[in-house]
This record gives sequence, structure tokens and C-alpha cells, in this order.
Amino acid sequence: MEQLSGNLLLTAFFLYLLATILFAVSVTGRKWRDKSGDMTGNKWGTLGFLAALGGFLFAAGYFVTRWMASGHAPVSNMFEYTTFLGIAIGFAFLILYSIYKSNVLGMFAMPIIMLIIAYASIFPTEVEPLIPALQSYWLQIHVTTTALGQGILAIGFVAGLIYLIRTVDFSKGGKKVFWLEFIMFSMLTVAAFVIIRYAFNIFGYQTVFQYTDENGAQAEMIYELPPILGPNNGQLIQQGSWEPLFLLPEWIRSDDANTLVWTFAAAIVLYAVIRLLLRKPLSQFLQPLIRGVSPDKVDELSYRAIAIGFPVFTLGGLIFAMIWAQIAWTRFWGWDPKEVWALITFLFYAAYLHLRLTRGWHGERSAWLCVIGFAIIMFNLVFVNLVIAGLHSYA
Amino acid sequence: MAKVICECGYSNPEGTDLCEACGKPLNEKAKQQTLVDMRYEGVARRSQTYNKSIVDKVWNFFSSVKVGIWIIILTLLASSLGTIFPQEMYIPNNVSAAEHYQEEYGVLGQIYYTLGLHNMYSSWWYMALIASLGISLIIASLDRVVPLYRVLKHQKVSRNEGFLRRQRMFGEMTVPAGENQLEAAKHILKKRKFKIREEGDNLVAEKGRFSRWGPYVNHVGLIIFLTGAMLRFFPGMYVDEVVWVREGETEVVPGTDGEYFVENEQFFLEMYDENDETFATALERAGGNIVETFQTDAIVYEREEGGTIGEEPDLQELKRDEIRVNEPLTFDGFSLYQVDYKLNELNVMSLEMVNRETGESVGELQIDLFNPESEYDLGDGYRVVIDSYFPNFEFNEEGEPSTISSIPDNPAFIFQMFSPEHEEEGEYSFVGIQRNEDVFGENDYEMSFQNVETKNVTGLTVRKDNTLPFIAAGGIIFMIGLIQGSYWSHRRVWLKKENGKLLYAGHANKHWQTLKRDFEALYEEAGISPPVDQVAEKEQAEEKKKQQEGGS
Repeated sequence: MEQLSGNLLLTAFFLYLLATILFAVSVTGRKWRDKSGDMTGNKWGTLGFLAALGGFLFAAGYFVTRWMASGHAPVSNMFEYTTFLGIAIGFAFLILYSIYKSNVLGMFAMPIIMLIIAYASIFPTEVEPLIPALQSYWLQIHVTTTALGQGILAIGFVAGLIYLIRTVDFSKGGKKVFWLEFIMFSMLTVAAFVIIRYAFNIFGYQTVFQYTDENGAQAEMIYELPPILGPNNGQLIQQGSWEPLFLLPEWIRSDDANTLVWTFAAAIVLYAVIRLLLRKPLSQFLQPLIRGVSPDKVDELSYRAIAIGFPVFTLGGLIFAMIWAQIAWTRFWGWDPKEVWALITFLFYAAYLHLRLTRGWHGERSAWLCVIGFAIIMFNLVFVNLVIAGLHSYA
Repeated sequence: MAKVICECGYSNPEGTDLCEACGKPLNEKAKQQTLVDMRYEGVARRSQTYNKSIVDKVWNFFSSVKVGIWIIILTLLASSLGTIFPQEMYIPNNVSAAEHYQEEYGVLGQIYYTLGLHNMYSSWWYMALIASLGISLIIASLDRVVPLYRVLKHQKVSRNEGFLRRQRMFGEMTVPAGENQLEAAKHILKKRKFKIREEGDNLVAEKGRFSRWGPYVNHVGLIIFLTGAMLRFFPGMYVDEVVWVREGETEVVPGTDGEYFVENEQFFLEMYDENDETFATALERAGGNIVETFQTDAIVYEREEGGTIGEEPDLQELKRDEIRVNEPLTFDGFSLYQVDYKLNELNVMSLEMVNRETGESVGELQIDLFNPESEYDLGDGYRVVIDSYFPNFEFNEEGEPSTISSIPDNPAFIFQMFSPEHEEEGEYSFVGIQRNEDVFGENDYEMSFQNVETKNVTGLTVRKDNTLPFIAAGGIIFMIGLIQGSYWSHRRVWLKKENGKLLYAGHANKHWQTLKRDFEALYEEAGISPPVDQVAEKEQAEEKKKQQEGGS
């Protein structure tokens, strides 16, 4: 069953790839553009939608079969949660597409879904038993609602990104171009991380260090990537690897630092190659492809996504969260880092809505806010889970 | 109070931009705009009209959404500060906070501690931020909701032409003779679930007005929520205690004034089966140790009425239940949660007094480590007196034997052993875990360790939270308001037939695409040509201008 579940997810991944291609063709294929430049009524978009729908159905199949295999909702660790977030974005896309029929949204949302699912698969994927604190039906209620809310908010980010690529003036350069390119680079970094981990994984690369940990004790550390940075007093105890260039002090997790160095090196190479091929910033390359998109419409789309996603996120990430916290942790609120960052997400989008409603922050400024909002969500997912330890560290 | 009388005859409060009834721009500012500001329908708001007394100034400060947004942003930034390092309640409680932050996080940790960020969320300034958020919610809502309610109630069907022309969506067309677009439009809009009102050759179709109240409803919810959170500081509203109960023992439930007692029948924890195939890989990675259940089989008793104080109370069984994580036991507003445990705590120790020469036992004693007797008579002239007892033994700084706590984690005794041979003085023996020493010279007798009984101890949190009904009501009202305001939009379409011309305009408080679809239907089914989106048109013109500038 677990095997089947994995295959369904893989199929979903490739359907999202297919959907990316179909939507890209529908947006960039010049032949089908009508007079006013709107890309309406060509069949590639519909095919893309069908592929996205198929991707979602297969992903749902993964979810159901994994649930059957493990006996609990598969949202209990980093792999499962992050994958579910990807699926939720896919679902949110289907909702927003059905309202706005925007092919360009698909062209940008699909690759982001793929990135998130691929990133998830780096974490241990085997089914895990539930610790007592997670044994509650609130697990599926709280976690899925939160992920769905974040997924819909992510669509707001995608639309905001489209707005920025569509409208930023590249001839002037400056901060806006830099930060837009920074978003592109960040996404490439995630891709580079996934690629490099998979590349070494395929060759079965692994090496083991003996080192002195922060308590002065001898310990072993497994490296999944060749060591550029080694641990404190590290000695390779497995043949077939080069020696590390530097040894780090004991208070840094050297395997994570090493992965980080590899990731950034790979991201920079990847970015440089693409940049050389295109001879211009990525976002500038994309701009002419989406010239036919109406900025006003993607702006509204982005706002609509936030307006739909905000209540869902609040319900799942704060209200259901508080109910469960009262049951499992004896109090509905305890200033655990994840709770605080959920509150920060809530406050941020609340500020967004107020700025938009009453201070007229439309268009570009609103789009930047959507980008920051998504950055906060990602921060809460990755950083708060993996770096700031708290009650929610289940990875 | 000065009134502004509109030409339609309606008397508006001072400070009104657009007539509440017909929408006519009333002041110069509104007249000069190409598009009217529809955010609050151009009503007079107290904060925009008066600015004299100190009350006006405070009111105006807190009624500003700009100020509100700043408070939100400051709260957001402040909240994030508290997550840099763990809060004090999450650090181990056996070290002092000052030391802990310095040792774990170095200089930054010290700064964090000195600034009080380790207890930030209960600091006065964080509380002040939350309080000002609450004040802002109340004043900003009142400042808007009252006039908004009035204007939406008094709006007339027939609107001033200046009002219509200054709407974002506006169109006009000459009406071909013999056609009745008004009638056709009425049917179409009715079919699209609009509420229709007519007045002569004027028509207004309105939909989803209740969504305008969403923000105010959710603000009310938030205020109730914050009030609930504040109530915690009143005595009797909130109980947060911990009780440790050994197996087979009954303890009074703290925070209940001795009214309730809890017995721990047994406590156990269960591990996942290592041979479980489903979780084989994960269990292997975790070293095979993943806890499946923490459970206390508990009985709650209530004190019988009329028992004499000071005597052993008469207890009446109230509830018997299994307490697990996620499954608290609840009675009379109190909940008992499984939060901690201690396995195999030493409880009763048995020792024998042995004659060293013959190796014969002269008697056995069982010492309750929580309540040792001072003397154990073994008969035939043999007895043991406990000279000193150290439940958790250590040598203190002066090198004297002492105890760290009263929990018998490492019990040690100095026994005084009396026997017919040593009737007067007895012999002194020091006995502890892995220790058995004669205190003054060679003894004839010794205390020999036989056996120890252990018990599991459960740690339960006792919680009563009378603020929960407020919190829950606030949460529910907030959600209702949020959904009300987010998932519906307030849309209006005005049609006005005048001098053979049809004027029409539309307004949506959000989601203009949906309003455009309404107009598309009017075009397709009633031949009313689509209105101009004056905002989009302006935007396109600007972009074209920009492109031309860029191209030249």
C-alpha cells in the first residue's frame, strides 16, 4: 500500500509537469492570442487544467492510500506535511482557476507545486507511528485546514508574483528588479537543493565522520553529500571520499552547513547557466511571455485568493489549533514558536487586508505584500520546524 | 449640530462628502474628484469632523486605520522577537534562567535575558500593545459602523447624476424608442439574486449588503476574545496546578480547596511494537523506542458534606476514567491532563539486621521511604532506630551528609542498631545505595539490603479555565464575521432613465470581476452595452504613456 501510495504521488508529480508545459504553451503560443491580447478560449489551457485536475486526483490517491497504510492522516511529519501543502496549493489552484480561468496562473503555480513536493521528498518518507500528543482526530482537522489555508494564500503569492513580473520596469533596474530576481533565485535554490540531493542519492553516496560533539564526547555523523565542511575534529571513517576543506567548531551542525554550501554553490551555477543562456534576468525573460496578461485581473485574483485563504488559515491555524492545544497541551495558547508564527502570519495578512481595503494598496505594493506573506509561511514551515525547536518539531 | 441639506431634500450631518440619500457630491473635494471615494459611501465620520477636545484627539488617533495597521505591525514584530530563543517556560527548570540563557546562547542569550525577552509575552509593553489593539478595534469600528449603517439604510433609489458618473463602472446609452431596458434589466438582475427597488424611472439592484457588516462582526468577536483573555487575571477564573500521584495513593486536587481528590490506580506507558511491519523502518531509525501511550487509571473523589476538618475526609467516588494525552478527565469545570510521569520510584525498602559472626538474621524491617518510622522493634531485645534519613543523599559543600530533596531517588540512612550485646549505646551504621559503612569502629551487626518496592508516579496538570466560554464565543463570532465579510461582496447596480437616455453605474466593495459578469449578462440579455471600467481605463492609459516614454 505504501508502495502504491508513493507511485501515485510520483504520477501526480509528472502530471503537474505536464500541466506546466500545457499552461506555458497556452500562454506563450502566439497564434492563439486574440485582438486585445487576452488568452481566452484556446484549448491548451483547458488541457492544462485537466492535467492539473488529474495531478490533484492522483495526489489525493496518494493521500488516501497512505492514510490506509499508516492508519492515521498522513500529515504528521515534514515529508507528509510539506507534500500535503503542495497538494493543497494544487487544490487552491483548481478553485481560483474555476473563477478566473487564468492560464498564466497555472503556468506559475504548477512549477511551484512541483518544487514543494520535490522538496518534501528529501525528508524521510517512511510511515511513522504517532506519538501520544498527535493521537487525536484534531490532527487531520487542524493540520489539513491549516495547509489548505496556506495553499490558498500561496496562490495569492503566485498571482502577486505574476503581477510583478508583468509590470516591473526592467529598463530602470534598481531595487525592484533585484528583489524580483531574488525571488527567482530563491526558487532556483530549492530546485538546486533537490537536484543535488537526488544526484548524490542515485549514486548511493554516503560518508561517515567521527567527531567531537559539543559535550566533548565522540560521536558519528553521516554525510549525504561530499564534505566541503567537516565536523569538529572530524575524522573520515569510511573510505572513498575526499577530505573536508575546513573543519567547523562544535556548535555548528556541520552536516547542515555542508548541505547549505553545496546548495548555494549549485544554485549559483544553475542560475549562472540560465542567465548566460537567456542573457538577461529570468524575470525579464518571462515578462514578454506574459505581456497579454491584464495586471488588474491578476491583482484582483491575488486579492481574491487572500480573501478566500485568510479565513481558512485562521480557522485551521489559530482556532482549530487552539481547540486542540486546549485538549492536548492543557492550554489553548502557550507562545510556542509555531503558534507565534501562525499569529504573525495572521497579523500580517490582517495588515494586508486593512492596507488594501482602506489605504488603497493595490497592484504593485499589494503584490509585494503577498510575496512577503508567503515568505512568512515558508519560514514557519521550514525554519521554525527545523531550526527553532519547539513543541511542533516533528521532523 | 450643523446640517447639510442636499438638493434632494435630505438633511446630512456635518462633514458629509456624498449625500446619504442620493449620493450627490456635497463639498468641493468630492466635486472635484473624477471618481467618488466609495469606501464608506462618503459619510461623515466623527474622526474626520471633530478635532478639538482631548477626547476628539484620542478618538481620532485610535479610529485611524493607519494607526491600527501600525499597531498590528508592531505586535507582529514584537511577537517574532520572543521566538528567537525559547521563552522561560520552555527551558529546563532546574537551572536559573540567567545562567541558562548565557550558557546556551552566549552573549546574545544574555542580552535576550537582560531585555526581558525571555518572558516577553507577559511584559507590560507587550500587554500594552495588545490593549491598544483592542482600543483601536473598538473605536475604529464604532467610528465607521454607525454612519455606514445609517447611509446604507437611507440610500435612495434615485441617485444624483454626478454620483453615477463618478462611479468606477459607468455607462450611458440612448434608449431606442419602444424598448424598455429597465424592465428587462430588472428581470435579469432578479434572476441573479439581486434585490430590486424602483422609483419612477430609477432602479437599484443590490446584493450582499450584509457582507459590509462582516468586518464589524469580526471585530466584536476579537474584542470578546481579548476580554476573555483579560479575565484570566481575575481570581478564581483560572487554575493551573500540577499534582503528582503515586500508584495506589490518593491526593487532594490542588486548586479545589480540598473539595476533590484523585487516586492513581496505576500508571503505565506502552511502546510501539518493534515487530510492527508498518512502522518497521521508522522504528529502526528511532532505535525502536517510540511511546504509544501514557496512561493513568484515575478515580476522582468528592469530599462528603459535613466531614470534620482535620479528620481523614470521607470520600465519595465521583468519576473513574483513563487519562491519556489528548484525553483529559473532566469534572465540575476542572480537567486533569496527563503531562508527566516517573517510572519505578523507590517506595518501600526492606532490610535485615544480621549478626556478622553467624550470618544470622535477627529480624527484618520495611521502611516506607516517604514516611519512615523512627524506631523498628525486631523483638528479643533487637531494635533499629533511624538516626538520620537522607531521601536524596549527597555530601554538601561542607562535606556533611545531606539531602537534595525529599523524594527518595537516592535514599541513605544512619541506623542505630540495638541488640542484647549493645543495649545502651547501640551501633551506628551508614547505609545507602551501594554503601554500607560502620560509623564508629567495627560493628557486630549490620543492616543488609533485601529488597525494594517501586511505584510509578503520574504527573497531572489540574486546569480550570472559566474564560473559555468567552474565548469560544469570541472565536465563533470572529469566524462568522470573517466569512461574512470575505466570501460575499456587496454589489449595487443603478439604472436611471432620463431624457431618452439610460445612465447606469455599478459598485462592488470588492471582486469587480463578478460585477463585470453581471454587466455582461445585462449586455447579452438586455442589450445594455457594457459600462466603462474607469479605473482600468486610466491604468491602461498610464501604461501606454509609460511605454511610449520608454520607447522614445
